[in-house]
Amino acid sequence: MWNYLKRLYHKMGSPKWFYDISNKWLPWLIGVGCLLMGVGLVWGLAYAPADYLQGNSFRIIYIHVPAAIVAQSCYMLMAVAGLVAMVWRMKIAFWVMRAAAPIGVSVTAIALFTGAIWGKPTWGTWWVWDARLTSMLILLFLYFGVIALYNAIEDDELANKAGAILSIVGVINIPIIKYSVEWWNTLHQPATITLTKKPTMAPEMFIPLVLTIVGFYCWFAVWLILRTQNEILWRERRTKWVQQVTNHVL
Amino acid sequence: MISLSAAMLATFRRDLLLAYRAKGELLNPLMFFLIVSSLFPLAVSPDPEFLGSIAPGIIWVGALLATLLSLDLLFKADHDDGTLEQFLLMPQPLVFLVLSKILAHWCIAGLPLVIVAPLLGVMLGLPENAYFALMMSLLLGTPILSLLGAIGAGLTVGLKKGGMLLPLLILPLYIPVLIFGASAVQSAGQGMAINGHIAFLGAYLFFTLAVCPLATVAALKLSVAR
Repeated sequence: MWNYLKRLYHKMGSPKWFYDISNKWLPWLIGVGCLLMGVGLVWGLAYAPADYLQGNSFRIIYIHVPAAIVAQSCYMLMAVAGLVAMVWRMKIAFWVMRAAAPIGVSVTAIALFTGAIWGKPTWGTWWVWDARLTSMLILLFLYFGVIALYNAIEDDELANKAGAILSIVGVINIPIIKYSVEWWNTLHQPATITLTKKPTMAPEMFIPLVLTIVGFYCWFAVWLILRTQNEILWRERRTKWVQQVTNHVL
Repeated sequence: MISLSAAMLATFRRDLLLAYRAKGELLNPLMFFLIVSSLFPLAVSPDPEFLGSIAPGIIWVGALLATLLSLDLLFKADHDDGTLEQFLLMPQPLVFLVLSKILAHWCIAGLPLVIVAPLLGVMLGLPENAYFALMMSLLLGTPILSLLGAIGAGLTVGLKKGGMLLPLLILPLYIPVLIFGASAVQSAGQGMAINGHIAFLGAYLFFTLAVCPLATVAALKLSVAR
């Protein structure tokens, strides 16, 4: 098992191997993602019962919560990739990190936007300075910082390393920021899903939510792989295998 | 070879001496702090009761921005004249030299803010029982601002487009300090206990003291390689 993992890890370090294997994953991820999102969204939007307090407006949860969860995971992924890249000098990890940053911004923006739409009927206003909205806003700012750093440094290799340092520092600070923001203000309804306790939602509302969350992760993976593949093709554009791949496509 | 403690002390004294020789630059963040804080009564309302209630926030945001502006003092001159490369070549571990540079930066940029803050408190009508909390929270909080800021200063030193970048990198990280610092002053003004806030700021200070110099060294090595 351990040897297998080690071999997998070393293979991961090869851009060509990553490019080929991720090409094989892509159709599966797209298929499963579309299936889960389709079933989850139709179920959630059309068949799940309306909330007794919020009526139909709660249904935006099926976009909002998956986006918010993926937005947080994406920053974690960036920091882990950054750490792997800095410690073991694995260039793929740098590229994955770089590919993830703009995705993180978009997904965080989706979460904030849907949160605002949800807030209008529920709280009567587009924006409330409550703990979780504020944490998401700060997460967006952290993403902005990483992207601004990438854009400011012209040398790509140094920009990648600087981005890795910043995201590692950011991820260490995220729990502190989250705790302090929560302490500062708790107005929001308690967290919708906890892994330790039984869900407080009815199962017919909860199951489609799980489906959309997993589906969102699949789409995120597809998006990330496509961006990373682009990055690989660009960085390795002088190698023989990339020229073969691109000639084949052209 | 001189010992580590001697090297740290020499670095610390050198930075203080350099700051003392350029007193004008030293005063800039302080004047900025005063000006920014006095914009609020003009912009919002000069009503003393209202001002008193938002004074903790004004003073803390002012201190935050003033520190941000002073972060240029930390590595920029050393980078421009090549001293930073010599630091990297020194046999002593760079983490400790960076730490004493950050401490010197706090003495130059942070400590004056702590000393001037009560004056601003008077001008903004801060409640009388909040002054101790103001001084304590700033005393514990401003070193954290210098420590966290050093990472950003290390990452952006020598960048042509670094000016606008530094606040983007660092301000989100300053949020916990701002929350606990400002609310300590606010709670004290309302006659509530501030032990929790002070304990958090103290814990955060020691945490950043342990982590930030390491991250700053990694950042500086990148910036010098550039």
